Amino acid sequence: MSHPGDLRYSKEHEWVRIDGSIATIGITSFAADELGDIVFVELPEVGATLSQFGSFGVVESVKAVSDLYAPVSGSVTEVNPALADQPELLNSDAYGDGWIARVELSDTAELDALMDADAYAELTA
Amino acid sequence: MAYTPHTDPDRAAMLAAIGVADVDALFEDIPAAVRAAGWEMPAPLTEQELRAELSRLAGRNRIPDVTFLGYGAYRHLVPSVVGEVIGRAEFSTAYTPYQPEVSQGTLQSIYEFQSLICELTGMEVATASHYDGATATAEAALMACRLTRRDVVAVSTAAHPEVRRVLATYCSGPGIEVVEVPAELAAGASGQTDPSRVAELLGDQVACFVAQQPNAFGVLEPMRELGEAAHAVGAQFVAVVEPTSLAVLESPAGYDADIVAAEGQPLGIPIAFGGPWVGLMAASMSAVRQMPGRLVGATRDGAGRRGYVLTLQAREQHIRRERAASNICTNQALCALAATAYLTAVGPEGLREVAELGATQARHAAAALRSAGLAERRFSGPYLAEVAMTLPDAGRRHASLTERGIVAGALLERDYPELADTILLAATELTTDHDIARLVGALGDVA
Repeated sequence: MSHPGDLRYSKEHEWVRIDGSIATIGITSFAADELGDIVFVELPEVGATLSQFGSFGVVESVKAVSDLYAPVSGSVTEVNPALADQPELLNSDAYGDGWIARVELSDTAELDALMDADAYAELTA
Repeated sequence: MAYTPHTDPDRAAMLAAIGVADVDALFEDIPAAVRAAGWEMPAPLTEQELRAELSRLAGRNRIPDVTFLGYGAYRHLVPSVVGEVIGRAEFSTAYTPYQPEVSQGTLQSIYEFQSLICELTGMEVATASHYDGATATAEAALMACRLTRRDVVAVSTAAHPEVRRVLATYCSGPGIEVVEVPAELAAGASGQTDPSRVAELLGDQVACFVAQQPNAFGVLEPMRELGEAAHAVGAQFVAVVEPTSLAVLESPAGYDADIVAAEGQPLGIPIAFGGPWVGLMAASMSAVRQMPGRLVGATRDGAGRRGYVLTLQAREQHIRRERAASNICTNQALCALAATAYLTAVGPEGLREVAELGATQARHAAAALRSAGLAERRFSGPYLAEVAMTLPDAGRRHASLTERGIVAGALLERDYPELADTILLAATELTTDHDIARLVGALGDVA
């Protein structure tokens, strides 16, 4: 399974896309496939403060309920409103329309604790 | 018949595996003072001797001729059909089945229970039930904390003291602060919770405000205004209700309650030494994922036939483990079935008659005591089927009446020191004019 080369990945199967000081967060297509059909996403509140590797929400599939772990620390600036009605976007477009939240990055050095696409592909191989 | 799941060699093998010398060592952390020192059991009896002994013990029960005791537990006529339905072998379990979908009849009965509770409260979704009204209330408060991501719970002191104690216990573990809003209890006061006082005391860290309707003194609360005061600070409004009263009072959905909790005992369940009873909980569909416990849903099978399932189980303890919506609940399937049979038997008309007769007889009792010059109403607020009355020397007279087989309600001073010489009288459809005459006559005799 290949993963976009411009993203960073966590061991907990979240991805992060950096655009200036804003980080967009989602779960990987590997995680979505493992969970199966996703039926509900509990999103953080805008303004909430996330800490790296801390729990910030919940994703519920027909099989299980799992916590979402923040790949980076920061303050939530936006959540994906489409997920309220279409949680299945996590399955169909994990790296695009299935994004979960955007945060204002508080410490870019945290990115060093994440993997690149090749390392993540190796982890999930 | 001995029940010995483990033999001595079994125990020795297990102790050796974990490196513990003996079973007592497993209990070292429990202070010796609170450990049972030994069991002083009487010698075994034959069946004949045992029957005689149990009859002797049962003979010590004192069953009053006349009772006005309520204060959270209510005597009602239970139609015989209720016992007939819950006595069927197919239903004889207190639990939700753990291979649920093979037990379609049980699931259907729970689904109908949930539908009846939704109809009664006006809410969108009800759970499969809880242990009792107090634990349902505590669960509702914890649910509000999850929904609002806040950690302070506010409750009126006019909510039943035992419900508040259970609430405090449930909140002590997760470190949730409980704040009490004092009700208006001064002489001549309303006996209600004042919404302006709620507005003063509630801050923006409060997850919910809990109020009871009718409250612990039988007084009707201004629920709409109390709910508005909660909503003004972004808190949820938890309404604790008495289910038969919903036949005549505005429904919780009507005054915008977010979560409804109730003791279901008045719906066909005997008072029976305090339990088992059944807790009711209902909420709006948007909050369903934070509801604790079991939920039954209706669906269609592959052939298009109607069927029932346990739904949204991913919230629950057997799947979500320590992060479940609740790890301290189950449902009370048999008591919930009794409530279902009761509501179905009496119907909407019957339930209204139950509520109206209770209200009528409470007024008769209050008026009779007043016109005999024996007691006065303690509060000025409106009431339904329970009324607080003040009379001189209440404690002694209450005790004297108990000796005569008449229970003159509950003495409120036990829980509310400021309510000295106050008795709370409850009436239901079983309260006769003759009962009221006996109460008035006996209270006069012991003046």
